[in-house]
Amino acid sequence: MHKMKKLLQSREASLLLVLVLLCLVIQMRNSSFLTANVINSILKNYSYTMTLSVGMLMVLLIGGIDISVGATLAFSGMTASLLMRSGILTNGFAVFAASTLIGTLCGLITGLVISKGKVIPIIATLGIRYIYRGMSYLISDFKSVNASSMLPDYKDFAQSSTLGINHLVWITLCVYAVFFVVLRWTRLGRRIYAVGSNPSAAVVSGIPADRIKIFVYTVMGSICGLCGSMYVSYYASAQNNMAMGIEMDVIASCVVGGVALSGGRGSIAGVLIGSVTIAVISKSLSLVGINPFWQQALKGAIILFAIVVNVIVQRNMDRRVLERREV
Amino acid sequence: MAAKSGRTIQFEKKTSLRSVLAMRETMLLLLFLAVNVMNISISPNYLNSYTLFTNINSFMVKGLIALPMAYILLLGEIDISVGSMVCLSATLLGVVYNATGSIGAAILAALAVGTLCGAFNGLVVTQFTELASMIVTLATMTLYRGISEMILGDKSTSGMRNVEWFANLYDGRVGHVPYLFLIFCVLAAGFGIVMHKTVFGRRMYAIGANRDSARYSGIQVQRIRMAVFTLTGLLSGLAGVFYCAWMGTVKNSIAEGYEMEAICMCVLGGISTDGGRGNFPGVLIAIFTMGLLRYGLGLININSEIINIIIGFLLVLVVMLPELKRMFKV
Repeated sequence: MHKMKKLLQSREASLLLVLVLLCLVIQMRNSSFLTANVINSILKNYSYTMTLSVGMLMVLLIGGIDISVGATLAFSGMTASLLMRSGILTNGFAVFAASTLIGTLCGLITGLVISKGKVIPIIATLGIRYIYRGMSYLISDFKSVNASSMLPDYKDFAQSSTLGINHLVWITLCVYAVFFVVLRWTRLGRRIYAVGSNPSAAVVSGIPADRIKIFVYTVMGSICGLCGSMYVSYYASAQNNMAMGIEMDVIASCVVGGVALSGGRGSIAGVLIGSVTIAVISKSLSLVGINPFWQQALKGAIILFAIVVNVIVQRNMDRRVLERREV
Repeated sequence: MAAKSGRTIQFEKKTSLRSVLAMRETMLLLLFLAVNVMNISISPNYLNSYTLFTNINSFMVKGLIALPMAYILLLGEIDISVGSMVCLSATLLGVVYNATGSIGAAILAALAVGTLCGAFNGLVVTQFTELASMIVTLATMTLYRGISEMILGDKSTSGMRNVEWFANLYDGRVGHVPYLFLIFCVLAAGFGIVMHKTVFGRRMYAIGANRDSARYSGIQVQRIRMAVFTLTGLLSGLAGVFYCAWMGTVKNSIAEGYEMEAICMCVLGGISTDGGRGNFPGVLIAIFTMGLLRYGLGLININSEIINIIIGFLLVLVVMLPELKRMFKV
């Protein structure tokens, strides 16, 4: 009973409540919303943003931020597509692997600049964002790679499903499952939380903070690379300006999911709820007949509302904890 | 005043040639000179003051936003909604002008909307101090551009440049010097003096260095944060006015990415996003270095995406410099 009460008062519960309310409102206006078909298509459409949020969660947990994810995604997706067009990569799996590998290298460089070069994350990734995006234009000679030069099995991957769930959504689910375990039950996960909640204490207690930072940014890069191939496979075309500004959606997903930008606070469950909320806001407002030109403003307002509610809930929780101590 | 302890406080800073060379501003100044030398060697007409000012004018609109951004970063905050605020105020200017036919009322509306947006950012940030300004302005960035999209849809609004004196805000010159450049200079001088020579400026440094200790020493932290966010809104509104005077047409996608450009200028100029560090002359040099670099490389037909790579490299390199020096013991 006590456990139940604790669960209900948790931050994730209040987030879930917001999501459920949002879904109910949409469902009342349009009864076709809560059907497997629509849900599947929303998730498929937003699979890469949801996946990126996992990486961003870890970056935010160590007190960092990465605004270069869109650029890294584009660069690795574009490079892999070029390799595919030139016939070096001969099956769909290889494209995914190559893109992830390139993303990993990009992330490693970001991590090194931040931890060894002692550059503040937002500045480092601001610069790197310009570099990777520009390099994507440079290597592709300002042109895009279109569907005709892509492998059929690679294009089909995003359009087919197993057990009724689209392949891209499967990837997203796997990434969530893996990092749920890593963050919750491994030493590495606890160290990531430790570095974020108090960096100097973490260093004093013998945690190699620099290595953890490099690791986190590298993983963020790998996820960007993976998402790059997901993105290209989904649209069956690699553009240079793809995923421009996606970092804002990704950060918003995390923040709506209750992740603190100051580090050390946030959970995979929260991020899952947060990113589904953002996906629902972004993709289903048109289902209820809202003027498409109103959607962005509404999205901004909902994000603002969610983070403010989050703060109020947190304040209440803190007050309740204090009251309990006084008793 | 060598008091009981016998300690004296050393007032004079040592200024050896080595320390001057190691200063960030010196590096920046060298970079600025290098860019100019490069531009001169690219184009013999570079130093023609008329064309030079034409090109300086084109990055002054971004420069206007970089001024308050320096304050924001100095406080240890960030405001990524400036591009959207520029867009929304420009939108209002166009819409009000087309509705009333009065450009004066339209300018007032644009400035008022900018200030209002900035004040709203400030209000949320000061009422909910737990929220990082990054998140708040991330949400309002979407919100403000969204409102502009609500108003304009996929259409654009134009016709403002038909009013001659309004177009002259951007085009007009005293001799070869454009009005906009003069206005920028006056504003920059004002911002610099406030930052370095007033109590308000010292308080901003104090808040940026340590917000809690600033509060305990009696500084009204929230009031100053509110003021700076509002000021940023006002300057974004002003940038929106000049954008209209420049382009004469407004879509909902204008001024996208201005926030990053403005932050980039400030950081290159030595303002730390951690707050409490940096000085104003550095920002001014950085604004002109970046603007002229883009102009010079544009002259030899280098694509703006490639120029972005160079600017990205410069940004990371300049910030990493102290650490690199330490690593290689220079």
